[in-house]
Amino acid sequence: MEHYTMNLTLKVWKQKNANASGGFETYSVKDISSEMSFLEMFDVLNEQLIHEGKDPIAFDHDCREGICGACSMYVNGRPHGPWHGTTTCQLHMRAFKDGDTIVVEPWRANAFPVIKDLVVDRTAFDRIIQAGGYISVNTGVSVDGNAIPIEKEKADKAFAAAACIGCGACVAACKNSSALLFVSAKVSHLALLPQGDPERRTRAVAMVTQMDKEGFGSCTNTGACEAVCPKEISIENIARLNREYAFGGLSSDK
Amino acid sequence: MDIFVLPYTIGNYLADEIATKPIPLTHAAFDAAEKAASDRINTLMNIKGKQTVESLHKRLGKIMWEKCGMARSEQGLKEAISEIQQLKKEFWSDVKIPGSIDEMNPELDKANRVADFIELGELMCLDALQRNESCGGHFREEYQTPDGEAERRDDEYMYVSAWELKGDHQWELHKEELKYDLIKPAQRNYK
Repeated sequence: MEHYTMNLTLKVWKQKNANASGGFETYSVKDISSEMSFLEMFDVLNEQLIHEGKDPIAFDHDCREGICGACSMYVNGRPHGPWHGTTTCQLHMRAFKDGDTIVVEPWRANAFPVIKDLVVDRTAFDRIIQAGGYISVNTGVSVDGNAIPIEKEKADKAFAAAACIGCGACVAACKNSSALLFVSAKVSHLALLPQGDPERRTRAVAMVTQMDKEGFGSCTNTGACEAVCPKEISIENIARLNREYAFGGLSSDK
Repeated sequence: MDIFVLPYTIGNYLADEIATKPIPLTHAAFDAAEKAASDRINTLMNIKGKQTVESLHKRLGKIMWEKCGMARSEQGLKEAISEIQQLKKEFWSDVKIPGSIDEMNPELDKANRVADFIELGELMCLDALQRNESCGGHFREEYQTPDGEAERRDDEYMYVSAWELKGDHQWELHKEELKYDLIKPAQRNYK
């Protein structure tokens, strides 16, 4: 694709902290390369703002290669922007054209309070993982992966579920701010493997209980989560979570 | 090495720590460390210069890329060290950090890191300069065989270099000898 540069108008949510009331600020950026990533465009804008003595835009970022889940933001009304199965850091400016106006907002969910501008507090996800998203094994040298036979279909499904990077796009897209796609991915990738079996009876119940405590909403099977997930996590995982939850709820002993 | 070896060893190494009770913060070392961090943050915020953290970081990256890459030479490394020392002066006298200390401030966070990168960059160049041989990812242009392979000098450099920071730009080398009983280090050969 041919390289081009563009001038853009950005409307970005600015909010000093969780208690302050926020609002949109309008910025102009010039000569943005179509080869830049969306976050690199923000880097350019922030350099400009710092030179002008203005407050730069706070945004979360870490790996910038689509595996850490930090770069969470709404771009033109869609979590992670217009490209399917893509995180914001891997969204490139060639998705836009000269003269475009781009609107950027943080995740909006009670369980994800704004820390500053586009940065939200997603530690609720960490607490859900701590409640049961793990397996207990003795430390020491890990066994050879091939020593445990796992059928191909299950291994593939577990792998696909484990691709969840915990970015929170599913929550942001959901009209109920439900975290069920995230929780189901984390439950599924362990439930499908023999290593996940020992804690199976308690895992789903513990994680769903924590999810409710954090203030995430209920799932009403709209499917917006699956549509915006940058890792294309399947909503089929939610059905599996429901089975795991029922299985755990019906068991009296661990 | 860390990404391959650590996952196999660190779990076992840390496992007994589960029995360690929370360590009280009353030791003098905690106060000293907190004060050092707080002083450094205040110093950074009070510089109020003209150059952004990002621009200084990019200049450091360019020096490292050009002169401390996989192939490095004595001349290039000496130039790099003096350029980094100049960059360090500019950083600590002219860096511009917006915002304040008592809020989320990604620029301040980045400044703290870049300050460390500058120090580490200087040390990497110094270490590469001190090691007059080629070995693994360290290819000194002066030390190569006629057909361009790494020329090891195991008689002189059979040690791990542990550097101690004694003061600004003052590094002291501690040699940790390497003893091989079963294998003999050799030049890697793909031929």
